[in-house]
Amino acid sequence: MQLARTIFGRLATTLITLIGVAVIVFFIVRIVPGDPIAMMLPPGATDADIDRLRALYGLDKSIPQQFAIWFGNVLHGDFGTSISTRQPVLSLVLNRLPATLELSLVALLIAVALGGSLAVLGTRFRGRKAEAGVDLANGIGLSVPDFLWGLVLILLFGVLWPLFHISGRVSPRLDIPFSTQFYLLESIVTLRFDILADLVDHMFMPALALALPLAAIISQLLKQSLKETVNLDYAVLARTKGYSETRVILSEALPNAVLPTLTLIGVQFTFLMGGTVIIERLFSYEGLGNMAIDAVINRDLPLIQGIVILFALMFTFVNLAVDMTYALLNPRLRNA
Amino acid sequence: MLDGRGAIKRRAGARLWLSALWLGFVALCAIFAPLISPQDPLAQDLMLGRLPPAWMAGSEPGFWLGTDSLGRDVLSRMIFGARVALTVALLAGVVTCLVGSALGLVAGFYRGWADRIVGRLVDIWMAFPPVLFAILLIAVLGTGLTSVIIAIVVIDWTRFCRVVRAETLNQSQMDYVQSARIAGFTRLRTLLSEILPNVLPTMVALLTLEMGIAVIVEAILSFVNLSISTDAPTWGGMIAEGRLAIHQAWWVLVFPLVALFLTVLSFAQLGDGLRERFDPVLR
Repeated sequence: MQLARTIFGRLATTLITLIGVAVIVFFIVRIVPGDPIAMMLPPGATDADIDRLRALYGLDKSIPQQFAIWFGNVLHGDFGTSISTRQPVLSLVLNRLPATLELSLVALLIAVALGGSLAVLGTRFRGRKAEAGVDLANGIGLSVPDFLWGLVLILLFGVLWPLFHISGRVSPRLDIPFSTQFYLLESIVTLRFDILADLVDHMFMPALALALPLAAIISQLLKQSLKETVNLDYAVLARTKGYSETRVILSEALPNAVLPTLTLIGVQFTFLMGGTVIIERLFSYEGLGNMAIDAVINRDLPLIQGIVILFALMFTFVNLAVDMTYALLNPRLRNA
Repeated sequence: MLDGRGAIKRRAGARLWLSALWLGFVALCAIFAPLISPQDPLAQDLMLGRLPPAWMAGSEPGFWLGTDSLGRDVLSRMIFGARVALTVALLAGVVTCLVGSALGLVAGFYRGWADRIVGRLVDIWMAFPPVLFAILLIAVLGTGLTSVIIAIVVIDWTRFCRVVRAETLNQSQMDYVQSARIAGFTRLRTLLSEILPNVLPTMVALLTLEMGIAVIVEAILSFVNLSISTDAPTWGGMIAEGRLAIHQAWWVLVFPLVALFLTVLSFAQLGDGLRERFDPVLR
């Protein structure tokens, strides 16, 4: 009963949040200076042409009316037409979404692998120089944001020691035979390892830049939980059974220490996704974020609205999923 | 055991001092920029384009860190860029702190509908990707120093609000607050003279962290050409130029990047250090 009420309450607040987002996005975009209609007209257009176009985009109605029409359409999945490309916003946005999702998930994977290894390493050699090294790395990783890591990586592995590509998603010379935009996934499924290698070559540095701050957070929190766990009874018992210290950490301490870190990863993942906007720009990676910045520069209102709403939807959905998982795992709510 | 802890404390102290030293140096550069910069940061000379730093072959005297593709002096632009970075850090940091903390204090102390409204707003704000939100705001407000500061305040007040609200909530449950109420203090006076001084250390530590974030946000906005103005010297703008000419003139990117990196790192280290020092549990 308690659980049902928690879930219902959480769904209600999510709905309010999404409506709030829609209202804010709509009104911010409506007060953008500069007439978007003027930019899409050919020179020598008559006043009648301007009025017709204005009516076509619904810009001749009052602001509350415009909002009601726009919001109704959004609920039906109609985000309008992009002013700069004259294509439906929804299809433009969905076309770019897979690139951003793949980048975010690869970054998450790197962060978990890197942060997890560092935490285990720091716990294994606790109280020694290696732990101090892990702490120092965590400190720097936490203090420096993804944008700066991206620039540092470009310098190190793009220029000084050119190991990876520093711009684009895939080499233009490659012929991509895929039916969806999930290139990474499809190249694995269809066993096209030449394309996979090229994709990873392009994706590794932006993903690493996004991953480093999160890796530091994971490493710091997981190490703290591990250190609290390695001296508990069952870990001591495992040690007396002759298990090696690494095995005690991996098979005894880790499963019991991992829960707080998992919750944190859920929340932090939205911050990582938010970082894709500038990281995609930095690495000329053709995802949503890069398109968003172009849309702002071109004053393409419908496109900006669509992208921001989509990001907000993803963020809210991730947060909701984290809270739901937590509610389900929390015995106090489950048994009440 | 004692020795170990002493050593850690000393090391943390050294980190704090190094950070403060660097920020002090940047502040001096910013204040005395017109006196110490060797060249005019805006002067262009295409004949002097992409000169390498002084220690490399082909350099010109007086251009210590080389020039960019328009022949502008990198060192002078960095020194003037420090002005923009620190101005934004200070103004945006303080205003964000005031707005966010005020809302957090009210929500945490008065609870009730004020808390519910603020909480809902924070939820809505957390659903926006911050960088995209900032870029969108600049597009609406137009470029310029004021717009950059407003954008930072609008996207980042929640950081203060959440922490200050939680801290206020904690403090409100303490005995001294009860005593103040029994002694006949009004609620407003209890909040301002009893709770606020106890929340202040947290606010100062957060403010230091926020200044580093403000420097980064300004650099990101400059990078996408949406900050002060196109030819004003900013670290982010220099980095954007350097990114384009990275294979021909690495120095245009590297030097401002180092300055930005150290400044952001210093603000973060200083903020963390202050938080540890003020936190009674860690102390």
